[in-house]
Amino acid sequence: MLKINDLKAGIEDVEILKGINLSVNKGEVHAIMGPNGSGKSTLSAVIAGNETYEVNSGSILFDGEDLLDLDPDQRAHKGVFLSFQYPVEIPGISVSNFIKAAITEKRKVLGLGPISAKELLSSMKEKMELLSMKKGYLSRNMNEGFSGGEKKRNEIFQMAMLEPKLAILDETDSGLDIDALRIVANGVNKLKSKENATIIITHYQRLLDYIVPDFVHVLHNGRIIKSGGKELAHELEEKGYDWVTKEADEKWGY
Amino acid sequence: MKKEELSEDELLDQVTSTEYKYGFTTKMDSDTIPKGLSEDVVRLISKKKNEPEWMLKYRLEAYKIWLSMEEPDWANVKYKKPNYQDIIYYSAPQPKKKLDSLDDLDPELKKTFDKLGISVNEQKRLSNVAVDIVMDSVSVATSFKSTLAKLGIIFCSISEAIQEHPELVKRYLGTVVPSGDNFFSALNAAVFSDGSFCYIPKGSKCPMELSTYFRINEAGTGQFERTLLIADEGSYVSYLEGCTAPQRDENQLHAAVVELIALDNAEIKYSTVQNWYPGNKDGIGGVFNFVTKRGICHKNSKISWTQVETGSAVTWKYPSCILKGDNSVGEFFSVAVTNNFQQADTGTKMIHLGKNSKSTIIAKGICAGKSDGSYRGLVHISKGAKNSRNFSQCDSLLMGDKCGSHTFPYIEVKNNSSQVEHEATTSKIGEDQIFYCNQRGIGTEEAIALIVNGYCKDVLNQLPMEFAVEAQKLLEISLEGSVG
Repeated sequence: MLKINDLKAGIEDVEILKGINLSVNKGEVHAIMGPNGSGKSTLSAVIAGNETYEVNSGSILFDGEDLLDLDPDQRAHKGVFLSFQYPVEIPGISVSNFIKAAITEKRKVLGLGPISAKELLSSMKEKMELLSMKKGYLSRNMNEGFSGGEKKRNEIFQMAMLEPKLAILDETDSGLDIDALRIVANGVNKLKSKENATIIITHYQRLLDYIVPDFVHVLHNGRIIKSGGKELAHELEEKGYDWVTKEADEKWGY
Repeated sequence: MKKEELSEDELLDQVTSTEYKYGFTTKMDSDTIPKGLSEDVVRLISKKKNEPEWMLKYRLEAYKIWLSMEEPDWANVKYKKPNYQDIIYYSAPQPKKKLDSLDDLDPELKKTFDKLGISVNEQKRLSNVAVDIVMDSVSVATSFKSTLAKLGIIFCSISEAIQEHPELVKRYLGTVVPSGDNFFSALNAAVFSDGSFCYIPKGSKCPMELSTYFRINEAGTGQFERTLLIADEGSYVSYLEGCTAPQRDENQLHAAVVELIALDNAEIKYSTVQNWYPGNKDGIGGVFNFVTKRGICHKNSKISWTQVETGSAVTWKYPSCILKGDNSVGEFFSVAVTNNFQQADTGTKMIHLGKNSKSTIIAKGICAGKSDGSYRGLVHISKGAKNSRNFSQCDSLLMGDKCGSHTFPYIEVKNNSSQVEHEATTSKIGEDQIFYCNQRGIGTEEAIALIVNGYCKDVLNQLPMEFAVEAQKLLEISLEGSVG
């Protein structure tokens, strides 16, 4: 589904990603871990098409098509979803209106007319239940006055509504208390299928107790320096990052 | 529970995605008089309209006042002053026959309205709106008249009111905006060709939104509407005014005067969506919109102005309230969009004279392209207006770095028991907001429309439903292509 080849990207002259290679097949859950400043969020931003970052070389094939040729909204239409680490406020626009706009645009691309209000509402209700969300939430303005946990839950709610092929969860666990974490993880697990894939970007192993990854990758200094199964996450939790990063630093000359 | 579901449903229905654009003219024979302005032209207009002597006198006095006045230049706008001798002051679509129903409407005219997406029949059937259409200068059709007549409500063209209800017109015309108020009001008083008249009798609640769609149609025709709206004691009316104009290369002058009178315990809600031709991307053409709108509030009465201004090359407009009566309330809700080379200097005046009078001002400016938008507002609290209150909020949203936004608030408080609050913000649409929308599949143009709609929500919420939807579309259209 997703194949990243030798991706190099950065801001202005500073190269942050220094040659990322990653393959994700449908049905798989990948965790990308790494210390702060390793390039985790940059990777998710570049996949989603944030123009703050400049791509210097490489490709990001998604179902055979290079995402780098597409605008961010076109990538979304292909089925790429990013759960933001810092969700953005859009004052005056209710959650329901925002989601309606997103779904309308998606349907337009598919040649479908707008969804009926009734259909949309019942689908929203269903997904709200999945995430134990309170009534009245739909008419609140997008992320305005939301607590950290509410913002993250709102991200997963949008993911549930948009049904992406590839979901990238960027530090979704940060700002969540243990109960909220469980609810969010539970939601993500229920949305998993054989047809979609998930990339979890996280600093801690905590979330991976609830969403069990098939593969774990360690990102450091813009490169994936180690990959393994779910047990790698536990190892990192126990021993920290030093033992893997040290090895890599020697190899790449830091 | 049920109630909540309903409101969510309504919420969802609010967002529509269809667009419409203007830029066409209707072919119709016009009855016009030669260009230019003189005492003879004023007499000719009055004669063509078969007006009584007192009306002619009123016009001629105004003309004399106008001759002695200078065109104002204090507004923060730059434009080439119109040559007032190069304007046609009267033009009426043919045939002038009065229509019994909308079915008798001229097919060409009907087509025009269809193109605008405002099918009069649809309007009539679906939204319970009585429509008084002003095409160029003469009212062509007025609907729902009989329903309104049963309640004693008069809703007709001002020309008709001059003939049929001279006592009301004589009593109120020019009492809120006197001819000598300013250069444009004097010009309007001298040459106004038509407009709307509305009278709501004591204790009546007008059961439908009264609506007028104005259009400028005749090339080179200046339009000078005159609107007079009287809400008698204890009555209520909601009045909608919307305008669209076909594309023109030359500048068109529009100098309307609107007067509102809210007698004791009455309430008037006056909503405007204005989308006149703003000129092209290079700033060529477009309508000059120099409007004087003012209302007077008597005891316990309320006047609420809501406006969504997206059009015109140059706008000069300050819908105001004179809060004469004790406990009277004035409100002003405004969204003013400028794009490309548009210029707008708009705001309000709240003149507090009565005790315990209250006013609220919510002004939202949106500037894009190379445009300039200014908010200019006066809050005046006189010595006798004890315990009066005002709240003002003026926000501006900038798009790009070539536009300008200015705020000129004037506050004069002459007693020490009153309270005035003023808040102002200036912001830019964030790239992070646009990217966030993009990531959800919402393209940049749509994202901007969405963000702008959210920003304007407090004002759009004041509009009746159908109008709010139309206003949203207009915002979208007028900001198209404003972010590269």
